[in-house]
Amino acid sequence: MDQLFQTINGIPVIGLIAQLIGYLVQELPFLSHAAVSISIPIIFAALCGVVCERSGVVNIGLEGIMLTAAFVGWVVGVLAQQVLGHGDPTAIFGFTLPLIIALIAAILAGMLLSLLHAWLAISVRADQIISGTIINIIALGLTGYLISLISKSSPRGAGSFSPLQIPQNIQDVPLVGWLINAVFGQGPIAITAIVITVLLQLLLFRSRWGLRTRSVGEHPKAAETVGIDVIKLRYRNVVAGGALAALGGAYLSMEITNSFQPGMTQGRGFIGLAAMIVGRWTPLGAMGAALIFGSSLAISQSVTFAPPTGSLGDLMAKIPGQFYSALPYLVTIVILAGLIGRSTPPAADGQPYTREATT
Amino acid sequence: MTDAPPARRSVTGLIGAAWGALALPLISIVLAIVVGGVVIVLTAPIEGKSFDFGLPFAAYGALIQGSVGSFDAIVSTLRFTAPLLLTGLGIGLGFKAGLFNIGGQGQFLIGAVAAVACAEALSGASPFIAIPVALIGGTLGGALWAFIPGFLKATRGAHEVVTTIMMNYIALSTLSWLVSGPLKLPLSPQPVTADVGNAALPILIGIDGHLGVLIAFLVVPLIWFLLYRTTLGFEIRAVGANPDAARYAGMKPRRMIVLTMSIAGGLAGLAGAGNLLGVNHQMSASFNTSVGFDAITVALLGRSNPVGIVFAALLLGAMRAGAPLMQIQANVPVELVDVVQAIILLFLVANAVIRRLFRLRGVKANLGTTETMTATYGKEAIR
Repeated sequence: MDQLFQTINGIPVIGLIAQLIGYLVQELPFLSHAAVSISIPIIFAALCGVVCERSGVVNIGLEGIMLTAAFVGWVVGVLAQQVLGHGDPTAIFGFTLPLIIALIAAILAGMLLSLLHAWLAISVRADQIISGTIINIIALGLTGYLISLISKSSPRGAGSFSPLQIPQNIQDVPLVGWLINAVFGQGPIAITAIVITVLLQLLLFRSRWGLRTRSVGEHPKAAETVGIDVIKLRYRNVVAGGALAALGGAYLSMEITNSFQPGMTQGRGFIGLAAMIVGRWTPLGAMGAALIFGSSLAISQSVTFAPPTGSLGDLMAKIPGQFYSALPYLVTIVILAGLIGRSTPPAADGQPYTREATT
Repeated sequence: MTDAPPARRSVTGLIGAAWGALALPLISIVLAIVVGGVVIVLTAPIEGKSFDFGLPFAAYGALIQGSVGSFDAIVSTLRFTAPLLLTGLGIGLGFKAGLFNIGGQGQFLIGAVAAVACAEALSGASPFIAIPVALIGGTLGGALWAFIPGFLKATRGAHEVVTTIMMNYIALSTLSWLVSGPLKLPLSPQPVTADVGNAALPILIGIDGHLGVLIAFLVVPLIWFLLYRTTLGFEIRAVGANPDAARYAGMKPRRMIVLTMSIAGGLAGLAGAGNLLGVNHQMSASFNTSVGFDAITVALLGRSNPVGIVFAALLLGAMRAGAPLMQIQANVPVELVDVVQAIILLFLVANAVIRRLFRLRGVKANLGTTETMTATYGKEAIR
C-alpha cells in the first residue's frame, strides 16, 4: 500500500495533486478548525449584508461598523476592568463581567453607527454606496485618532473569551470527531455565529418578518399597499444588521485576539459582502461562501506553520509567503467574477424608497 | 448634461450661481472644522489632561502654520496636494461614468513600485530617458491595476467596490514581495529597494517642490478637456448618466467602463510614481499611503469637476502637510485629519439637513452624476 502511494506521488502533476490531497487530509483537524475561526467575522459581515440587502438597503459600511465595534469592545473592556477589576473567568468560555459589558457596548456601538447609515440611506436618500464609504472613513479615522491617544498610556485590556475545550476522546471519534471540534471547539461569539446563521435562514424564509423583509426588498410599493411600513422595516433591519456586524468586530478584538490595531478588519467586511453575493443573499449560502474564503486562508496558514514534505513541499517553499497572505483576496475576486452572473440581488436593492414616488 | 459651461449671465446671476455651487462644500468644511474642535476638546481627558478650550485653536493654529505659514510650508502643501489631485481626478472621472473606484491606494502603490522597477532597469541611463520611462511605467502599472476590476465589472458584473478593495490588499502583498525579493537592494539588512538614481525628479521650487507637482497641475486642464471637449469625455458622461440610453445611441458602455477605470488607475499610478521619484527615492516594505480614501473625499468635495477637485485637493493637501506640526506643537494626533475629512463628507451627504438649517434655496443638492453607482450594484454584467 505504501509502495502504491510512493509510485503515485512520483508521477508529475498527478503526484503533486495526490500529495496535496494527502496533506490536506492529514492536516484536516487543524485546517477545519482554523477555517471556521477565520470565517466567523466574514460570516457575521455576510449576515449583516443579507439582513440589510434583503430589505433593499446596500450596506458597504459594514467594514467600518466591524472596526468600530472591535475598538469599542476593546476600550470598554479596558475601562470596565479598571473599575470592576478583572474577576475570575468562568470555566466555560471565560466570561468575566468586564468582558460582557464590553461586548454589549460593542454591539450598541455597531447599532448606533448602523443607525447613521440607515438614516443617510433611508431618510436622507443619499447614494448608499457613498454613505457606506463615509461610514468606513469615519470608523477608520475616529478609531485611528482615539487609539493613538489611548495607546500612549498602553493600558491593559480585559482579555478575551476562551474557546470550548472538546475532550480528546470526542475529538478522536473517527470521521466526525474533527468536525465536532471544528464547529464547537470555538469561543462563544463564534458558536453564536453558526447558531444565528441557521436561525436567520429559518426566519428569512419561514417567518412573517422574513416574508415582509423579502417583499420590501423586491417590491416596496407592493409591500406598502398591503400595509407594511417600508421605512420602519428597513430601519429595523439595518440596525439589526449593525448588531450582527458588531459581533464580527467584537470577535476580532475580544475572542481571537485581546487587542485592537488600527484597521484590523483588513477588508473582512468586503469579503463578507462578496460571500453574501456568492451565497445568493441567503444566510446558509453566505456562510458556505465565507467558509470557502476561510479555508483558503487556513490553508495558507497551515502551509506556513506546518509545510508539507516531499516534492510538494519543495514547490510550496518556492512560492513567496506574500502570495499566501494575498490568497483570500485573490480567491474573493476569482469567485466573485466567476459566479456573479448567476446571482441576482433583491430587485429593489440600493434604491431609496419614497412614498410619493410615481414609478 | 448639467455640467456644460454656463451661458453668459448677469453679475448677480454669476454670484448666485457661484454661491449655489460653493455653499454646500464651504458650510460642510466649516462645520467639520468646528466638530473636529469639539472632538479635540472632548478627547483631551484620555491623555489625563483637563478640558482645554484653547487646545483646538492651538491645534488648528499649528495646522495652518504648517500648511501655509511659510514659503516652505506652502511648497509642502503643494507637494501633498499633487498625488491627491491626480488620484482625485481619476476617481472623479469614475464618478462621471457611474463607477466608484475605491482602489486608489492599490493603484498608487503599484504605480510607485513600477516606477522603482523602471528606474532600476535604467539605472545607467540619463535623466531625460529615465524620468519619462519611470513615470510612464508607473502610470501603466496603476492603469493595469484598475483595468482588472474594470474588466471584471464590464464582462462579469463583479462590482468594483468589492474588487478594487481586494486589489488594494493584493497590491500591499505584491509590494511587500517585490521589495523583499526581486527588487531588494542586495546586501541590505532591511527590505528596501535601491535608490532611483537618475530617475529622481528634479526639485523645481523650495525644499521639496519636485517636477511631479508641476505635472499634476498640468494634468488638470487635460482632464477637463477630455471630459468636456472630446467625444470620449461625452461618452463617459453619457454612460454614467444612463448606460441604456448610451447603448441605444451606439456607444459601448462596457468599453467605456474598462477605459475609464484604466485612465483613473493610470492617474493614481502617476501619482504614486511622482511621489516615489520625487519624495521617497527608494521604497521600503512599510511604504503605504492614505491617498485612496483622501482622494474619494477630494472627488466628492470637488463634485467630480476638475476645477472643484483642484480646490478640494489643496484643502486636503494643506491638512496633510500641516498635520505633523499640529502633532508636535499641540500634541493632537495627525489622525485628526481623517476625522475632519470624514465629517466633511458626512455633512456633504447629509446636505438636506444643512440646506434646511441654513435655509439654502437653489443650492445644488446632488454630489454629481452618481446615481447609477448603486443601481449597478450586484447586477448582471452590463451589456
